[in-house]
Amino acid sequence: MIEFTTWDILRNLLLAARWTVLLSLVSFIGGGLLGLALLFARISPRRWLSKAIGYYIELFQGTPLLMQMFLAFFGLGLFGVDVPAWLAAGMALILWSAAFLTEIWRGCVESIARGQWEASASLGMGRLQQMRYVILPQALKIAIPPTVGFSVQVVKGTALTSIIGFVELSKAGTVVTNATFQPFTVYGFVALIYFALCWPLSKSSQILERKLNVAHRNH
Amino acid sequence: MKYHLDFSWLPQYAPDILKGVMITLELIAVGGVLGILLGIFCAWARALGPRWLKAPVGLYVELIRNTPFLIQLFFIFFGLPSIGVQMGELTAANLAMVINLGAYGCEIIRAGIQATPKGQFEAGRSLAMSPVETFRHVVLVPSLQRIWPALSSQVVIVMLGSSVVSQIATQDLTFAANFIQSRTFRAFEAYIVSTVIYLVLAVIVRQVMTLVGRALFPRRTAA
Repeated sequence: MIEFTTWDILRNLLLAARWTVLLSLVSFIGGGLLGLALLFARISPRRWLSKAIGYYIELFQGTPLLMQMFLAFFGLGLFGVDVPAWLAAGMALILWSAAFLTEIWRGCVESIARGQWEASASLGMGRLQQMRYVILPQALKIAIPPTVGFSVQVVKGTALTSIIGFVELSKAGTVVTNATFQPFTVYGFVALIYFALCWPLSKSSQILERKLNVAHRNH
Repeated sequence: MKYHLDFSWLPQYAPDILKGVMITLELIAVGGVLGILLGIFCAWARALGPRWLKAPVGLYVELIRNTPFLIQLFFIFFGLPSIGVQMGELTAANLAMVINLGAYGCEIIRAGIQATPKGQFEAGRSLAMSPVETFRHVVLVPSLQRIWPALSSQVVIVMLGSSVVSQIATQDLTFAANFIQSRTFRAFEAYIVSTVIYLVLAVIVRQVMTLVGRALFPRRTAA
């Protein structure tokens, strides 16, 4: 039997953690872009459009992420293509993040006083101009802390992709456990690596919230 | 290639689905109640507790909130037996959910406690209530009422997150879906059905939380 040193375990987990980081980045950025597009639809004056996006959000917030991944994995397969795990994982995570980010950002946009909309409208600005020059710059400041906070959820969400067969940190944990028979050490390390990824994000979200709040109060 | 959705397996496997739903509900019932109790204790410890308790509780909360539920579950189910703590899959799933909700609940409830004006605490004390009585009647109950909607959302999130307990062979709803798809090869249909059921369960759990909230805080109007 091969002996595994602690370093062997940690090294393999760290190598796999690169995929967790990559997948998190792709999901967060992809989800952010889609979320921004959905945000415009969500706050659109067209009732049916805003409602449709509302249902989309409800659907993704009301069902388990794991189910969404299974559906993406087997749903894409229905089109007769062989679906690689990374594609299904990435797609499910992007759709899921977009739903949450849209809802977070909608709250931020709606917290901007109505007068701002009216003032900019009275200056003859179109809807896009209003968003671009008046609403979004103000909403951005409020949106940063919860958005950074949500990135933690994305990193943790990537752990579920191991279930549909994408090899990242969690899957590597299972594989390494099966090779070393040291579940306590391995999952302990896995948890610590996730913690090392997530904690700085959580902390900066808290700090940003405090900072931006102080700035807000001085207005 | 054309694909035809086929739900003809549904009647035959309905009992499996129902059994899975019952396990999922049982998990969230136990996890919800114990998790909220743990959350209340931790919130008290972090907000008003003695100093020696603050640091360990804070560490627990940060550790749980910054690691995936799946890893917590694996650590409990696969990791702990190697230091002599062994348990069944249902117990492990329950424990993981309680620990998880305890940490998130702690932060939510703590926010409610810290929003209590200091004067209220002093007023309670000046009415000759003991610190424990003051905490219970003056601080805790209004705090819980204040954050009940957020806590309800968290309970729903934990219920949805519980779908991963199928990975340690707990026979919940997701486990039933996996079982059905392995028997019928109707994977997409099986997951569609279970996803819809989860959506319904989410609505039900939220309703139950609202009703519990109304029962717990009867004479007050909802905030």
